[in-house]
Amino acid sequence: MSRFVVRLTEDVSRRALTLLVVFFAAMVIAPFALNDYLLTVLILIFYSAYLGLAWNILMGFAGYLSLGHALYVGLGGYTAAALYVHFGIGPWIGLLVAIPVTMISGAIIGFLAFRFGVAGVYFAILTIAFAEFARIGFDHFNWVGGSGGFFLPVKQYAHNDLWLLRGSPAMFYYVILAATVVAFLACRLMLHSRIGYFWQAIREDEGAARAIGVDTFRYKMYAVVISAGMSAFAGVFYAFYYNNLFPEQVFHILRSIELILGPMIGGIGTLFGPVLGAFVLTSLAEVLHAVLAVFGIDVPGVNRVLYGVCLLLVVIWVPHGIWPWLARRLGLTEPRP
Amino acid sequence: MSALLSISGVSKRFRGLVAVDNVSFDVPQGVIYAVIGPNGAGKTTLFNMIAGEFVPDGGTISFDGARIDGHPPDEVCRRGIGRTFQLVRPFPALSVAENVMIGALLHRSDVAEARARAYDVLKRLDLFDKREQPASALTLPDRKRLEVARALATEPKLLLLDEVMAGLRPTETDRIVSVLRELNRETGLTILLIEHVMRAVMALAQRVLVLHHGAAIAEGAPEEVVRERAVIDSYLGAEALA
Repeated sequence: MSRFVVRLTEDVSRRALTLLVVFFAAMVIAPFALNDYLLTVLILIFYSAYLGLAWNILMGFAGYLSLGHALYVGLGGYTAAALYVHFGIGPWIGLLVAIPVTMISGAIIGFLAFRFGVAGVYFAILTIAFAEFARIGFDHFNWVGGSGGFFLPVKQYAHNDLWLLRGSPAMFYYVILAATVVAFLACRLMLHSRIGYFWQAIREDEGAARAIGVDTFRYKMYAVVISAGMSAFAGVFYAFYYNNLFPEQVFHILRSIELILGPMIGGIGTLFGPVLGAFVLTSLAEVLHAVLAVFGIDVPGVNRVLYGVCLLLVVIWVPHGIWPWLARRLGLTEPRP
Repeated sequence: MSALLSISGVSKRFRGLVAVDNVSFDVPQGVIYAVIGPNGAGKTTLFNMIAGEFVPDGGTISFDGARIDGHPPDEVCRRGIGRTFQLVRPFPALSVAENVMIGALLHRSDVAEARARAYDVLKRLDLFDKREQPASALTLPDRKRLEVARALATEPKLLLLDEVMAGLRPTETDRIVSVLRELNRETGLTILLIEHVMRAVMALAQRVLVLHHGAAIAEGAPEEVVRERAVIDSYLGAEALA
C-alpha cells in the first residue's frame, strides 16, 4: 500500500499535491454547500471528466483519435440496463458484464485497425463507422426497446440504495466523483509505468518505437481495450442516472464529439486536462444557458456554438490546452503534452 | 570469431530498380564493420532489411544463429539488434531521459531501473546534462547522439548506425568515434555502420564492405579496400589516395 502511494506521488511537487488535495476536499464537501441544480451540474462535469480521462488514454497517451467513443458508453449502458430490466441484476454486477462487452468491441475495432495498419484519419473514420452501426442496430433491437427507447423503472426511494444505484443526486455525485478519482489515479499510474511510456513512444513516432522493440500492435490494443472498458462505467452510470436510453441519443456522433471536447480544451495527453476541460466547458454552457434564460431567449443547440467558440480560442491562444498553460501559471510542472 | 550477423545472397527490388543485388557478407562477433558506397548504392536499403523494415526479395539474413529476414522491426530489436535512423527520429515531446528510458524499458519493466540505465547511457554519450530537455530542443549533433543512446539502451548485441556522423563537425565526429571505440572495447559490442565520413570509417572499422549500384564490389580491411581500383573509380576518387 505504501509502495503504491510512493509510486503515485513520486515526481509530484508538494505544491501540486497540496492543490490536488484541496481541490478534492472542496469537491467532497460541495454537496453540502450547493443546491440540487448546481449539484446536477457538478455530476455532469465529473461525468464528462471521467469520460475525457478514458478517451485521453487512446488519444492523449497512444495518439489514436477515436471519434466513436459513444459506442462504448452506449454498449456499457445498454448492457447493464438490459440485465437490470430483464433479469433484475444490479448495476455493479452489470458493470462486470458491461466492461468485458465494451472491451471486446474495442478489441475488435483495434484488431481490424491495427492489424492492417489503419491510422490517423482512417482510424477515426473506423471508430465513427462502428458507433453508427451500433446506433442503427440498436434502433432495431427490440429486446432493449429499439428506437422507442429503453426505460429503467423509476420508483420513489425512501433512502439511497448504492447497490442498485437508486437514490438522490448526492449519491450519484459521490459515485461519479469516486470513479473520476480512481480513473485519474489509474491514468497517472499507467502514464508513469512501462505501458504509458510505450504509448507515448507510439504517439510520438510509431516507426521509431518499433525500432526500439516496442510491440506496437500489442500496446495499441491495450490502449483501445482499456479506454473502452473504462468508458463502460460511464455508460452504466448514464443509464441508471437518467433511467432511459435512446439509440439516437447515446450512440449519436454528437456524444462522441462532446466527450472529446473536454480533454481537447483542457489539454490532450495531460492528466488533469480532461478534468479541467470538463469544468470549463460544462460550467460555461450552464452560465450561458442561465444568462439567455434571464433574457427569455431559448436557442436550442446554443451550447454547441459555445463549444465551437471555446475550441477556436483554445486553438488560437493555448494550442496544447488550458491545463499546460495554467500549470505553468500555478508554478506546477506538468510535462509538455 | 564466429559470425554474429550473416547476410547471404540478399536482394531487394523496387519495381524495376534493383536496390540491393545478391549481397553476401559476415559480421563477426565483436568487430566494427563499415558499409560504404556512393549515394544510392543501396546501403540504407540493406540496413532496413537487416532491421526488419523491408523483407528481402531473395537471400537470407541470420543473426545469432537464427533467421531474422522477414521478422518485424520490433522483434528484430528484441533479438538484439539496435538501430539508428539516418534522418533522426527522436520522440520530440518527450525529454532526452525519457527517450532513452523507453529503450531501456524493453528488457525491464521497472521505471526507476530503466531511468538509472538510461542515465548511464546518457553519461557515456555526453547527454546527461541535457536529460531534462525535450528532445525537440536538441541540436542536430545531440539528436544524432540521442539516436545512438536510445538504441544502446535496448542492450543490443549488434548496433546498426546509419550515418550518425553525417553533418557533424570533425571534432564531434572524433568524439563519437572515440565513444563507439570505447563501447566496442569495453562491452564487446558489435557495430555495423553506414558511413560517408571516411575519416571515421578509417579510424573505426576493422572490416569494410563497398556497395555500388546495389552490388558488393569490395570487402576487406579498410587499408586494402581503399586501394582497390573499383572502389577508387566508383566512390572515393583518385585524389583520396593522394
